[in-house]
Parts: sequence; C-alpha cells; structure tokens
Amino acid sequence: MAKRVGMEVSIAAAEAVGLADVDVIAAYPITPQTHIVEHLSELVASGHLDAEFVPVESEHSAMSTCVGSSAAGARTFTSTSSQGYALMSEICYIAASLRLPIVMVTANRALSAPISIWNDHADLMMARDTGWIQTVAENGQEVVDLIIHAFRVAEDHRVLLPVMVNLDGFILSHMIEPIWMPDEAEVKAYLPPFVPKLRLDPKSPVTIGPVGMPDVYTEAKKVQDEVLKSSRAVIEEAWDDFEAKFGRRYKAVETYKADDAETILITMGSISETAMTAVDAMREQGRKAGLVRIRLFRPFPAQDLFDAVKGAKQLAIVDRVMNLNGICGPVCGEIKSVLFDRQHAPYVQNYIAGLGGRDVTVQNFTEMVDAVEGSAQRGDPMGYEIINLKE
Amino acid sequence: MAKETGIVSWKDLELGISIHKPGSAGELKTGDWRSARAVTDFDKCIKCGRCYIFCPDMVYTQNDKGYYEQNYYYCKGCGICAHECPVDAITMVQEGD
Repeated sequence: MAKRVGMEVSIAAAEAVGLADVDVIAAYPITPQTHIVEHLSELVASGHLDAEFVPVESEHSAMSTCVGSSAAGARTFTSTSSQGYALMSEICYIAASLRLPIVMVTANRALSAPISIWNDHADLMMARDTGWIQTVAENGQEVVDLIIHAFRVAEDHRVLLPVMVNLDGFILSHMIEPIWMPDEAEVKAYLPPFVPKLRLDPKSPVTIGPVGMPDVYTEAKKVQDEVLKSSRAVIEEAWDDFEAKFGRRYKAVETYKADDAETILITMGSISETAMTAVDAMREQGRKAGLVRIRLFRPFPAQDLFDAVKGAKQLAIVDRVMNLNGICGPVCGEIKSVLFDRQHAPYVQNYIAGLGGRDVTVQNFTEMVDAVEGSAQRGDPMGYEIINLKE
Repeated sequence: MAKETGIVSWKDLELGISIHKPGSAGELKTGDWRSARAVTDFDKCIKCGRCYIFCPDMVYTQNDKGYYEQNYYYCKGCGICAHECPVDAITMVQEGD
C-alpha cells in the first residue's frame, strides 16, 4: 500500500529509484543534486538496496560508467546538475545514440559564470539536442512518479532511449513535501524487469559504439529521430497504465483554465504552480487568463501545444534560461515554430524569468499578462524581455 | 576478399548501430580515400617487411617469393610505407597520372 509521507523531494527521488530496484548507480555529487545520490549511497551501504554504487571521480566518468553498465544489461541510474551535466554531456549524446535506457534526474541549476548553484533551466536546455527523452516535474509527487515512469519508458523495446527527469534545483530538490510513496509491490507490478535487447556478452560478442562513416551517419540520426518521435506513444501508454495503477494522471501538456482564455501563460517546471495561483487571482477579477504547462519537452508535444493555445489572442511564454542574443528563449522558439508551421499568428511575447535562482512571484505572472495584453494592443514588435531586471 | 560497403536504409540498421559480426572492419574500403598509391619496385625490394609492419591498414601480404604485395582495396595513400622503406623501393604514384 502506498503511504503518504512528508519527505524532502531529493530523498523521495532516491527512494523512487530504490523502488525501481536499480542495479547500478554511478554518480558524482554536485549541488543541488547531492541529497539524491547521498541517500542512494546510504540505501546501498545499509543493504536496503541491492545495487552497485560507483563513486566516480567526475560526471564524465559517471555517464561513461552508466553507458558501460547499461550496455551490460543493468538497470542504471545517475543524477547531476549544471556544471556536472556540462562535463558529462559528451557521453550523454553517446548514451542516446547507442540506445541505452539510462535514467537520470537533473536537479536543474544555472550554468557558470558567475558561479550559481541556484535554479534555472540552462542544463535542461543544454540536453535538448542529445536525443534523450526529457520530462519536467512541477512538484515532489511528480518527481517520484516521473522517475518510475522513466524506467518503464526507457526500457521498453519500442523505445530504448535514455530519459532525463528534470526537477528545479532547491525549489523542488530541497523542499519537504507531502508525497504518496508507492510500495515495492506496486512499483513491481508497473515496472517489469529490464530485459536488454542489445547486451555486452562474451558468449555472443557485439561491437557497441563503432565508427560510422559518412555512408551511415545520416541514417543513424534518422533512426534516432524516428525512435524519439514514436516514443511518444509509449510515454502515453505508460502514463495511462500509471493512472490505472496509481490513480494519478499525467499529460505531455497540461492546461489550467485555458479553454476560454484570451491570454495564455506558458510555463515549464515548478513555476507553473505559482502561475496557477496568479491565474486564479486574475480569474477572480474577471480576466480571461489561462495557463499551459509543458511536462514533456522531448519528444516535443507540438500538436498538444497547438491545440492548447490555438484559441488565445495573446501568449506570454516563459523561458527560464537565456538564449543569448537569439530571437527568443528556447521554449518560445519551439512554440513560435509550431504556430508558424500551422500558419497561426497570435501575439507572442517571451519573458525570461527566474535566472540563477531569482524568484518568480505571483505578481510577476500578473505583470506578464498585463504586459503582453498592453503590447498586443499597441502593436509593439514581438520579442523577448527579461523580467525582474534592475536597470 | 572484402566487399564494398553501401548505404543501408535507416530501417535496416542494427540497434544502436551495433555490429554483430567480428572483423567487419575488413569490409571498409579505405582505398577510396587515396590520392596516391604505393608502388613497389621489386628489383630494389629486400623483403624486410617494414612496409607490412608499418602499414596502418591491411594493404601488404607476403607472396610465395617472399615479396610484400599491395591490396589497393585498403591502401589509403598515407605514404608511411614509402617513408619507412630502407632501400627506397616504394614510390607514391599520384592517382589519375
């Protein structure tokens, strides 16, 4: 039976990995991910989790170890943040290309410089083009649920791709929250044992990761693109079964009071809950504001997003990362492409918020809605704006 | 004899571009890369085998008479054999000349 517990989200994340009965954890501690791997090492050391914990000397080695252990057929987990992700990123591309179903939790943190241990989505966006599936949690319950979901999706033979579960550093990772923690039997019923399709085995030698000449590289990338695209159906199937077994429903794109909204905020991650409070307040004043939250970032849920926003006149899209001197932030850029491809042209403003741990408040969201409505009325050029900036 | 590689449909690629047959690198036609080929003057050759030892690919094979002959399927024209030959028996000849 599931138990309702009050637990720090990092500890809950580690417990969820333990419930998934991983075989190998290779990780290097980095703020704000530290409590996740600390707790996992405790679970292994105390005998509660029968797994190999490899305390590597760097994140590059962490992901390299994960590649090896996953290729050997072990259920494999790691976790990192920010600079740690940057260091391991070389191997992350390889893990996806070699179709190794590694699960990683990223406690999202800004990239240096200046050195910042605090939250934004720089590492999440750095992982955007690696070929990993990326989900984004809004609260502690989602972290637990998405981790269990991640193993199921990653190891499905129709997918066989690594999955990154994103949670906002400190804002989620260090928060104590009420969480329904499933028990081992429930997770076992949902998550079948890992049966590798491709495995390093001396009895049946195989080369994993050879050179690919120009006559194969293009086709190799096409396979990855197709598999990532078709993984969407498996992600949905795994969420359907999750609802049947655990009673909680997940969707790639969630809407909140968006159906009749004239102005829609689009967010990703923990700020979504703050945005909901702002939407409630605006609705009480009779304003037609709504919210669309992105839970699945890769594969990108283009049609879902279009369906969610197509009725709105104005969109205020929030990015928690700078795309320095690009046209706009990465989330906004994706959505603008979705709209352009469908020849649909609402008024779009991009708001860069919450960089390097700066708070994003309820008032900020109200200000964004005020700003986008004002700009639309005046016919200001569309673009991006950093909010909460001291001039 | 190795066969030439060709472009395979993305639908037919092995999972993770893995290779299940040992020694398949032997099929890779590195001879395609060549702009000059190594040619041996067997009148000068002393059968020392340095070309065979230094060749980074699989170009040289010793024949019945003890001479080392080239297999141009593999010769990528690097010129290491010509450089290492102690009696200057190997010349790099431009392709197309």
